[in-house]
Amino acid sequence: MYETDGEKYFVFDTHLHFWDASPANWVQGAEQYAKGWIECFHAYQSLGPADTHWSLEHFQKYSADDFEKDVYVDGYVDVAVSQPTYLKEWYAKGFNALEQNAELLDRFPGRFMVNGRFDPREGEAGLAQLEADHERYGFKGVKLYTAEWHDGSRGWALTDPAAEPFFAKCEELGIKNIHVHKGPTIWPLDKDSFDVKDVDIAATSHPDLNFVVEHVGLPRIEDFCFMATQEPNVYAGLSVVVGALMHARPRFFAKCMGELLFWVGEDKMMFGSDYAIWEPKWQIEGLVDWDYPDDTFSDFPRWTTAAKKKVLGLNAARLYDVEVPEELQLAEGEGTPATEDDAQLVEGRA
Amino acid sequence: MISQARVFEALATVHDPELDEPITSLGFVGSCVVGERGDVDVHLRLPTPQCAPNFAYLMASDAREAVSRVPGVRAVGVVLDDHYTAAEINAAVGAGAGFGAAFPNESAGDLEALRELFQRKALLARQGRVCTMLLEDPAADDAAVVALRVCDLPDHPEVARCLALRRELGLPYEPHAPALVAGDGSPLTAGELALWLRRARLVGLSLESNGGICRSLLRVRHGVPDPTEEVAT
Repeated sequence: MYETDGEKYFVFDTHLHFWDASPANWVQGAEQYAKGWIECFHAYQSLGPADTHWSLEHFQKYSADDFEKDVYVDGYVDVAVSQPTYLKEWYAKGFNALEQNAELLDRFPGRFMVNGRFDPREGEAGLAQLEADHERYGFKGVKLYTAEWHDGSRGWALTDPAAEPFFAKCEELGIKNIHVHKGPTIWPLDKDSFDVKDVDIAATSHPDLNFVVEHVGLPRIEDFCFMATQEPNVYAGLSVVVGALMHARPRFFAKCMGELLFWVGEDKMMFGSDYAIWEPKWQIEGLVDWDYPDDTFSDFPRWTTAAKKKVLGLNAARLYDVEVPEELQLAEGEGTPATEDDAQLVEGRA
Repeated sequence: MISQARVFEALATVHDPELDEPITSLGFVGSCVVGERGDVDVHLRLPTPQCAPNFAYLMASDAREAVSRVPGVRAVGVVLDDHYTAAEINAAVGAGAGFGAAFPNESAGDLEALRELFQRKALLARQGRVCTMLLEDPAADDAAVVALRVCDLPDHPEVARCLALRRELGLPYEPHAPALVAGDGSPLTAGELALWLRRARLVGLSLESNGGICRSLLRVRHGVPDPTEEVAT
């Protein structure tokens, strides 16, 4: 819970990790990829305030104690859900596989959740694994990383026919939150791997599932916004937007927030720190403190206290069926629900 | 002997197709050495080793082509450094073999469709900036702006960039053509201008903020100065 200026905010961090990228976990022969990946993440961290930067060694592997301090003690987070990234072709145990994240489950009962994952290229075995994982951990969401390498393939799309049985399995098991993370590769490599059109199609075919597009589709925020206005079950995950832009590029951040509030709306945006890339503390403080820098932003929706409460926690709590204490819920009449007006605006031509 | 400045000028015509900016101003040219006999050796470096291979290939291959056209250049070597598909890309670019040869079985065609997709995004962003400029005139309303012709446009580099891209995409660019066009080349209507402009600004924001993140990362990883920096990180 974060409290400032007499307001209390329930904080649900929808995107964090408990990873091990230390050299001991690098796959022999793939060291360059394992090293390149974590160093790239480490460079991202430097876009946050200087006093939140870690040494590379600490960044490669941090402890459960670090996690507790950064996320729960200093970080105001009430409930967090970890999003796995396997990358087992590069990291022997995985980068932050489900089992790695699950090490924290006993330590933070009721405050920490794991999400699962699937990869349609694993076929029947993958389907059985998803079922077994769900039976063991009972998760309500999965994280899909479409740029994952697998056995000579460098990626997949949600529209691949092989993905269909997995979505059906999710519906059957009640795994209703599908977090989608785009990356630099996909099959075929000559297509734009960051394109979110496949999410659009999957969201239309599966109206009972929620599709959370991580880091709001960056670097394709425009495609994401145009899609999210039209799809009632598509949500914006704010990880990276806050971490990479709020401190380093405040003007771009203001424009991005304005566009997201206009096109996607405050009911469908959810905070995610992407810890350990960035610590939650400064992001939460900054988001609550934030406002448009000047009146050139007057034609964008306002960042109200109600909007902040929804985006920081209430929206995600609804998606994950997490009970929010009475005093942290929106007061009667506080804030107005989203209207359909924005959605009608998109029927234009580019 | 060919001057390095001349080679740099050629490299400045190469755009990052994803960001609509020259690779030179983005800081992607790590080094450029011109030998006495007309041999040119260019090294490119991208913000991360994981940048998308398709765009990386386009920039490397466009750089090679642009430098080859400089009079007096005898041989060009373009090397992409510190990238996880550098070996594949460098071999294919060096042999002029095309993207499909760099990634056999992983590619379903060439990259021209991808290039055009991003040219169209770039055009929308460029036209959005021109439209914003036109609307700054207090006498201009939406109906007046959509009625303008190319010949009514101010002499401005952004206008020139729009028209050049329209020409390249096969869209009307002649003096009597509409000043602003939709993706199919038809004129916009006053009624749709406001939403069209919203979209155009969002696309522009996307390109610019991606460019910003790229610059930040290059500064952190390679110490490349960032002229667009907002806050010291």
